[in-house]
Amino acid sequence: MSNMQHITGFATLENPLDIESFIAKGGFSGLHRALAMTPLEVISEVKRSGLRGRGGAGFPTGLKWESVSGDDERYLVCNADEGEPGTFKDRFVLEHAPFLVLEGMAIAAYATGAQTGYIYVRGEYPHVVASLSSAISRAVKAGYLGAHILGSNFSFNIEVRKGGGSYVVGDETALLNSLMGNRGYPLLKPPFPTEKGLWGKPTIVNNVETLAYVPYILTQGAEAFASIGSPDSPGLKLFSISGHIAHPGVYEFPMGTTVRELAAAAGGILGNLKAVQIGGTAGPIFDTAALDYPLDFVSMRKAGGALGSGALVFMNTTVNMAHVLEVTMRFFAEESCGQCFPCRYGTRQLAFMANKIASGQGRLEYLDLMRDTIHVMVGASFCPFGQSIAFPLESLLDRFGDEIVSFIKQQEFLKEAAV
Amino acid sequence: MAKNGSRKAEKTDEARGNTSAANSEATETHRKSRDTLLFTLHEIQNRSPGKTWITKEELAGIAQEYGIPLAELDGIVSFYTMFSRERRGRHVIRLCDSLSCRICGSLDIYRHLRKKLGISRGMTTGDGAFSLEVVNCLGACSTSPNIMIDDHLISGLSLEEIDAMLDRLAKEEV
Repeated sequence: MSNMQHITGFATLENPLDIESFIAKGGFSGLHRALAMTPLEVISEVKRSGLRGRGGAGFPTGLKWESVSGDDERYLVCNADEGEPGTFKDRFVLEHAPFLVLEGMAIAAYATGAQTGYIYVRGEYPHVVASLSSAISRAVKAGYLGAHILGSNFSFNIEVRKGGGSYVVGDETALLNSLMGNRGYPLLKPPFPTEKGLWGKPTIVNNVETLAYVPYILTQGAEAFASIGSPDSPGLKLFSISGHIAHPGVYEFPMGTTVRELAAAAGGILGNLKAVQIGGTAGPIFDTAALDYPLDFVSMRKAGGALGSGALVFMNTTVNMAHVLEVTMRFFAEESCGQCFPCRYGTRQLAFMANKIASGQGRLEYLDLMRDTIHVMVGASFCPFGQSIAFPLESLLDRFGDEIVSFIKQQEFLKEAAV
Repeated sequence: MAKNGSRKAEKTDEARGNTSAANSEATETHRKSRDTLLFTLHEIQNRSPGKTWITKEELAGIAQEYGIPLAELDGIVSFYTMFSRERRGRHVIRLCDSLSCRICGSLDIYRHLRKKLGISRGMTTGDGAFSLEVVNCLGACSTSPNIMIDDHLISGLSLEEIDAMLDRLAKEEV
């Protein structure tokens, strides 16, 4: 397997549920290696690799594992509630390399002392729920999950759970709430789930892609992983590429690969590039200057954005930015969990104004009102959801505000001309 | 549980199962089953072919089974977009209108479906065959624009092919 392929290397299996061919490709050798080490050694290996969480926040995975403390009853949750618009990499991993995720989970559970694992799959992926259940029973049969894994004293079981349709549940505390059969409200941190999570017990929540990279670190070593990509954000990364691009899809590249390189790998832009949204709907919308941005956690912060889930939506010059504003604001209004007032009310106001603008009834003062609204939301919203709207909204107003102003004026002119 | 405590703290504690001593026994009894609640809701909602919603009676039954007050369960069900407490069509069409789908033509599909079915988002056809919903992302942006009909992702079909599929589904016996 090439150094620049890990997940995509395993994802080429003709039948992803054929455990024999997964093993023949080197599958489960990371788990073998892990079981020959102590749990602390496994954590130390993952820490040295520099692996950072691939769900969006980029928290160092080894540190998260290390911070598990307290009760001996512990849980591991794989966050497969991939709801970030423009993101479909976790679906890709679960469809094409499910055993890699199970192997990563077994290693994570061994390192952190978890006895039970859950995979929380978004309700919109019903086929994944079915195939994962089948993959789990095959892994149990082959001795990689269940009681006394590979003849050791380590036992670990995984169950699959299905979501009910909610974006906010992608947040780890909201996900645990949902897993416990509650409304998917985010909680204040601390306490962090690693201290008090599922049913008050220590719980590690890791993203699908994060877990799928863990076996690589065990088989190739922390140094091999750390030598790929950027020093502060090492390793490979899955990018979800969509929009006006020749070959949309999931691409695996080292962290730090530029937007231009990725666009070229995906066959190039269809038409003339106007804008690209990076990191999902909660990420900024950049103009063509973004082509030179290296895609890793630190570089994207410097560029005033975030790597987020690694989603890139390319837009060509046919796209009306007033419509992008409308789609984005409506998304936040519909997905706000409603727990806190600034977000519940603010998102509705923003969606109302954006809808008016896109449908030709906008007023110029809306643009200032939107900035005022987001200012309050950033300061007063309960969780990152209400704060993150600043990314897409402010970037749209800063970079494409002139176009939106011109669109509003044009509509006003048309109305007057019609009189 | 203290009714006078701060709401936030109360909710937080409850959600983490870290309830007061008086409540802890009940939490213990229900906690293993409660993680299956969403799964159960899905199963009951789709209990038979063509049934796509949860009735009042079913909701009351689930509330009893799980030991959750009906009002709380109602709040849980209403939180998640995939569950419906109102009658829906035998088939639920979910049209994705994320940014990727929007710029790749989701509105063309929406206009077409609205005309063909004679309904807007959130409505059910008069013959009870279809409900039309607009959703925020189906997580399949490499094949935008996407729709889901029940559990099946439909991508890359022409409007004519979508029509043919809907015509076939409308005629199917349930």
